[in-house]
Amino acid sequence: MRGIDKHFPGVHALDKVDFDVRRGEVHGLMGQNGAGKSTLVKVLTGVHPRDGGTITFEGRAFHASSPADAQRKGISTVYQEVNLIPSLSVAENLFLGRSPRAWFGLHWRQMQRRSRELLAQFDLDIDVDEPLGSYPVAIQQMVAIARAVDIDARLIILDEPTSSLDQHETEILFDMIGRLKARGIGIIFVTHFLDQVYRVSDRISVLRNGQRVGTFEAARLPKIELVGHMLGKSPAEAAALETERLPAAEIDVEREAVLTVRNLGRGRAIEPFDLEIRQGEVLGLAGLLGSGRTEATRLLFGADHAESGTIAIGARRVSLRSPRHAIALGIALCPEDRQADGLFPEMSVRGNIALVVQRTLSRLGVISRRAHARIAGEFVRRLDIATPDLERPVKHLSGGNQQKVILARWLACNPRLLILDEPTRGIDVGAKVEVERLIDALSHEGIAIVFISSELEEVVRRSHRILVLRDRKVVGELTGEAINEHTVMDTIAGQPAHDA
Amino acid sequence: MTLEESRPAGLRGRWAAARHSPVFWPLLALVILLLYNIIFTPNFARLEIREGRAFGSLVDILQNGAPVMLLATGMTLVIAVAGIDLSVGSVMALAGAVAALLMTEHNQSVPAAVIAALAVALLVGAWNGVLVTYVGLQPIVATLVMLVMGRGIALALTQDQKVRFEVPAFEFIGTGAVLGLPVPIFIVVGVALLVLLVLRKTALGLYIEAVGSNARAARLCGLRVHAIRLLAYSFAGLCAGVAGLIATADIKEADVANCGLYLELDAILAVVIGGTALTGGRPYLLGSLVGAVIMQTLTVMLQMRGVITEHTLIIKAGMAIVVCLLQTRALETVVNRLRQRTGRKPVPQARST
Amino acid sequence: MRIPRRHRPLLASVAALVALYGVAALRYGDEGFFTLQVFINLLRNNSVLGIVAVGMTFVILSGGIDLSVGALMSLSSVVIGVLIMEYHWPPVLAIPAALALGTAVGLGMGCIIRFTGIKPFIVTLAGMFFARGLGFLIHLESVAIYHPQHEWLAMLAIPLGAPELPETVFLPITAILFLAVVLIGAYVSLFMRFGRNVYALGGNEEAALLMGLPVGRTKAWIYGLSGFCSALAGVVLTLELSSGSHIEGIALELDAIAAVVVGGTLLTGGVGSVFGTLVGVLIIGIILNVMTYEDFSAGLTKVAIGLLLLVFVVLQRLLTRGAARPA
Repeated sequence: MRGIDKHFPGVHALDKVDFDVRRGEVHGLMGQNGAGKSTLVKVLTGVHPRDGGTITFEGRAFHASSPADAQRKGISTVYQEVNLIPSLSVAENLFLGRSPRAWFGLHWRQMQRRSRELLAQFDLDIDVDEPLGSYPVAIQQMVAIARAVDIDARLIILDEPTSSLDQHETEILFDMIGRLKARGIGIIFVTHFLDQVYRVSDRISVLRNGQRVGTFEAARLPKIELVGHMLGKSPAEAAALETERLPAAEIDVEREAVLTVRNLGRGRAIEPFDLEIRQGEVLGLAGLLGSGRTEATRLLFGADHAESGTIAIGARRVSLRSPRHAIALGIALCPEDRQADGLFPEMSVRGNIALVVQRTLSRLGVISRRAHARIAGEFVRRLDIATPDLERPVKHLSGGNQQKVILARWLACNPRLLILDEPTRGIDVGAKVEVERLIDALSHEGIAIVFISSELEEVVRRSHRILVLRDRKVVGELTGEAINEHTVMDTIAGQPAHDA
Repeated sequence: MTLEESRPAGLRGRWAAARHSPVFWPLLALVILLLYNIIFTPNFARLEIREGRAFGSLVDILQNGAPVMLLATGMTLVIAVAGIDLSVGSVMALAGAVAALLMTEHNQSVPAAVIAALAVALLVGAWNGVLVTYVGLQPIVATLVMLVMGRGIALALTQDQKVRFEVPAFEFIGTGAVLGLPVPIFIVVGVALLVLLVLRKTALGLYIEAVGSNARAARLCGLRVHAIRLLAYSFAGLCAGVAGLIATADIKEADVANCGLYLELDAILAVVIGGTALTGGRPYLLGSLVGAVIMQTLTVMLQMRGVITEHTLIIKAGMAIVVCLLQTRALETVVNRLRQRTGRKPVPQARST
Repeated sequence: MRIPRRHRPLLASVAALVALYGVAALRYGDEGFFTLQVFINLLRNNSVLGIVAVGMTFVILSGGIDLSVGALMSLSSVVIGVLIMEYHWPPVLAIPAALALGTAVGLGMGCIIRFTGIKPFIVTLAGMFFARGLGFLIHLESVAIYHPQHEWLAMLAIPLGAPELPETVFLPITAILFLAVVLIGAYVSLFMRFGRNVYALGGNEEAALLMGLPVGRTKAWIYGLSGFCSALAGVVLTLELSSGSHIEGIALELDAIAAVVVGGTLLTGGVGSVFGTLVGVLIIGIILNVMTYEDFSAGLTKVAIGLLLLVFVVLQRLLTRGAARPA
């Protein structure tokens, strides 16, 4: 792929990206959210038309009008949520759309036989007549890969294949990848798991903000450099940069812990972790995309049920059964995905802001428009939300202002613990500064804040402490002097900290 | 841009605001429909006052349309929380049967019969709600079952017979008049005012819109999504109960086989015409009421022209499709493209998740 | 003997049928419940429901629903009556015309569903009102049918044994058509691409699209198929009653959905079988039979069928919930 360009309304998704894969090579593709990984794949497989650039496959110009078309031409994709039919048998899934036929219709016996043969090539010995859904995800992925191979795929794209796999299953997958390499099939391995990408990839490419940052030989790329490319800072730069730390107040150890968490975990989403946060403290969660930060905070808010561990508010043990419960206890969560988890698009700005605090405004649930308008108006001013009036449906606001509305909603509740998951995403620079100052002010008021951001400087600037996560696990905690970009990146990479 | 700056001043601004109000289009449609009939349908606008009571087609529309308007009120809430209730017609029949039986065979007083009938209707609505929320059935299936079971239970209770009664106190609900206007109109107005009050003055209105608009986000805001949905279904059942009492009182007998037959479609259409989205979101009660009046006007209009009820079914079916089409994205995109070509700004579409 | 998981739902339904049959036999034992004649009667009495249910099976397998089947069935029967009695068409022309009409309406609904994305229940609900209205428009009351060819067709039956012997049982045309539709339906669902596409579509529509299956076309034709079955059921109705009627179609859709669900097909689609529907139809047929025998009122019968459907649907829901949890 050369010079691939792709525009979406308002976004330059891909900016003259070059990318190539050799036969029998595993090429890892990494990048943060919005970096352009999935867009690149979609352009390749025909989901989106490209605006510029050329694609050559096996020496000839390549153009796919749809994923099915791309499949026919030799490029197959295996998705994270396995896109096969779980209610149909394994054999049928392998041959759906190209089933062996005879004069009387589908030839089931032949399909059965050929399925067994196909899977045997990958050392897979399962009952092919059982429904696909009765097998664990790892097996389903194998079947998807086997199908791709049988359709004569010469290039297979694995889109975040290990997200739902455990250790053992990941090994099986890597084994499979090895076999594919041996057959000369090229593989694009899209992932955000650091350790894994090193294990299987021959080369690694990093995208950032729609541009290709670089392509490197895996064996010759130090982890810390890779982390640096992902975050947009080279280690040297990071070392040189001395982001001034402006944590709000002094937090001494005597302060009461607002929230104490021990061993809190949830299956594959996030491994058990400990956490403690005190009044007025700003706790940053740093890590790459997919490292488990959001999953951890959802547990703190009762949005997901923890499978292990305990949570204590102050000194009291609690079990957070639902967000409603958490809110009543003074915890607030400003979610990462505002469209899916935050906004009510047709509802007014006033409604969106006052929704949660309403419960505390009146026992009987009577709405006082004036009270709503006052609260909403106050936050519109404080956060400088651009809207002609309070009654405007939020869907008409720009992304940045929508984010501010959600922020306002939670600030209005006066929580004792405020969790901010990417609060500055999609906001203009001026507003970002506002948000940081706000965090400052809140911290002074004694509100504890958990702060997640992909912008490393922000986290470094404002946090009293930082928990570092990698691949769904907490791998380190940084305090005091250790808080700087360089050390954070080191911890993410898993290498011993260098001297600044 | 400050809060005040961008609002266009004076009359032009008010016209623009009115044009964007969701009640505007249904109201306009109703006005056009009424005007057409006043001009072209003989005797349509005739109003006479006999014995201190008003008579005429317009009064008929409001009186006979009372059940549909009540059904539409309840249905508005259910559709607003992204659900649907196909059983309201059957609940009408059931409520009427219960009341009639209690008054005739069990010699119960009118208040007792009314309360019992409404209680049954409420319970049926709650039953639907539980199936949809806590058990997790699709609303269509859960209410489809009750569509048949409801009427079946009523038939079984009345042993397939119509139940006649002569209880003036009860009949007043359907045939009586206060201040010259039929009682059903007052009942509808009363219920509608109550719901309007709740929707605008209490948090419930906000919560209903939230749950229907984005249930995931609603949960993350601490709303009790299941409870709110359950409430909507229960209330729809209650409304159907009131409608059933009115319909039964009107003809002085409980006719289970025909009571409320096909009225579900009218109610659903009324709500959709009125602007509440089938996919859930803000409830537009006034719009639904206007929609119900439109449906009833249509029925009366066709009746006066000699079109029998069965034939109006085809027309209503056609309308259903057209109105649904108007609500879908496909049409939105077409309209936007037309607007772009004429130079007007495209209406921003809500971004899909 | 371990039974493969995929066969369990069907076997469960069959077990239920056998149990039901057994209980009924024990109760009404002296009248020879196990005779072939009784079984054939069961088939012929439920042939209308059965044929409609086979069409409905495909719709539900795809994850949709068709509320118009009863109305289409009535429409078809009335059209045949009117064509034969008022326009003097021979049955050999009238019947195909009715079939074509049913298929066309079904296909029309399917296209609306495919191209506009409006939910199937609304489109088919509107279709039901449309068909009902159209039926009334064509002829307000039932139409009695007197035509020698039609009568000959209605009397058609295959003897199972020597025709002259008095004990020989005859398989009437209605039962034959029912069985034929079941067999053809089963064949299509198991051996033809269209049938497998229906399963795929119901199992995971997005995946089916990505795999390049003709989802749109399949969707539209599923409703066309259901329309055809409804029309065919209307033909069978005319043979049965020698008239075209509106009444029989009311609430037929719920009975059909119940038969499909009881037969083991998941309402959410992707899982189920035509043979299961046959079993479901028989189960419902027996229940209805028993209810008339025990003199249950029409209302109570409706309640019973509704309750049966509810129980099965709730069970389905609870079972799928349990299965989905571990992920």
